[in-house]
Amino acid sequence: METVEINLEEQFQARIDADISIEPKDWMPDAYRKTLVRQISQHAHSELVGMLPEGNWITRAPSLKRKSILLSKVQDEAGHGLYLYSAAETLGTSRDQMLADLHSGKAKYSSIFNYPTLSWADMGTVGWLVDGAAILNQVPLCRTSYGPYARAMVRVCKEESFHQRQGFEIMQTLCEGAPVQKEMAQEALNRWWWPTLMMFGPADADSPNTAQSMNWRIKRFTNDELRQKFVDMMVPQAEFLGLTVPDPELQWNETKKGYDFGGVNWEEFWNVVKGNGMCNKDRLGARVKAHEEGAWVREAASAHAKKRARKMATQAA
Amino acid sequence: MTQSEWPLWEVFIRSKQGLDHKHVGSLHAADATMAIQNARDVYTRRQEGISIWVVESTHVHASNPDDAEAFFDPANDKVYRHPTFYDVPDSIKHM
Ligand SMILES: [Fe+2]
Ligand SMILES: [Fe+2]
Ligand SMILES: [Fe+2]
Repeated sequence: METVEINLEEQFQARIDADISIEPKDWMPDAYRKTLVRQISQHAHSELVGMLPEGNWITRAPSLKRKSILLSKVQDEAGHGLYLYSAAETLGTSRDQMLADLHSGKAKYSSIFNYPTLSWADMGTVGWLVDGAAILNQVPLCRTSYGPYARAMVRVCKEESFHQRQGFEIMQTLCEGAPVQKEMAQEALNRWWWPTLMMFGPADADSPNTAQSMNWRIKRFTNDELRQKFVDMMVPQAEFLGLTVPDPELQWNETKKGYDFGGVNWEEFWNVVKGNGMCNKDRLGARVKAHEEGAWVREAASAHAKKRARKMATQAA
Repeated sequence: MTQSEWPLWEVFIRSKQGLDHKHVGSLHAADATMAIQNARDVYTRRQEGISIWVVESTHVHASNPDDAEAFFDPANDKVYRHPTFYDVPDSIKHM
């Protein structure tokens, strides 16, 4: 029995190494399944909770055009959550279970959404930086080893680049506007820069699961690699906008052809992960409230479907 | 779980007239009408389709991956099923 198991694991790893994607009904190690359920559902929760900080500004968008765009983006994020929940469900977990874990606080979502969106410029920064960071995280996931996850990510990535561009456009408009508008943009960058760098997760040295995830080709790059890429991509964009990245240690390093940058405040990161960020309670509270207040709609729809099915059955008879 | 969730549906989209419906993903819905409406909202926000099929996931039967070899390998050694297997003299046209 044990040798059979070992054999299956070897065959599984051989498929992974040959870049053959794993599909729902294929044999997979329990740990692979568990890692994926955790990662995919966490990602789905992030899309769902991620609607809240931006939803906050829909009614106060400065023009009808901006309002339509923001509404569209938030709607996309709901879709992203749905693609990802569906991918996780192929691994044997249920939507109800995942939502229950989110609502009880057992499951995590990206810490970035526990920061408040205080001004309209935050809509620019969130699109430009936060969706920018999400894209960097997500593009390699389009080639992740689990088929349904990879396919969901292809769909997500296609929609994501509009998110970043509309954010950048908001920033550009503010930066080319009155001095107070530019100041508002700078303040938003100051508030979001460091939390965005935290989005890539703990430093490689403190990320014990990375090696296994890379081995299974769930992950293709380490947290620090992605963080470095992000800084290298964003600094020139901030310069274009005429904004200052709030990091006195930021400096071009000619030998590594990348920027050296200051240390992330990991204490703050872990504190937010533990639930003590500025908005953790608000976000989770809003999710639970929406879920509870939607209960009657779900029940009514089920009752309606049952009634119609009964009617059809009697008509057929 | 106290409340049983809505059934799962598989969604198929025809991207344009003349093409097959292709599987794009799945979603939960109380009934077929809602499944089609939700599929419209989730999978065709950018003109990805002109027609939608939904099938309740429990009605999809799949081949077993463990049987893949026995099931699909017999086609392996039948190269004569492909036109490239045959040598056609150069002077023969329109074949
Ligand atoms: Fe998203
Ligand atoms: Fe995302
Ligand atoms: Fe996004």
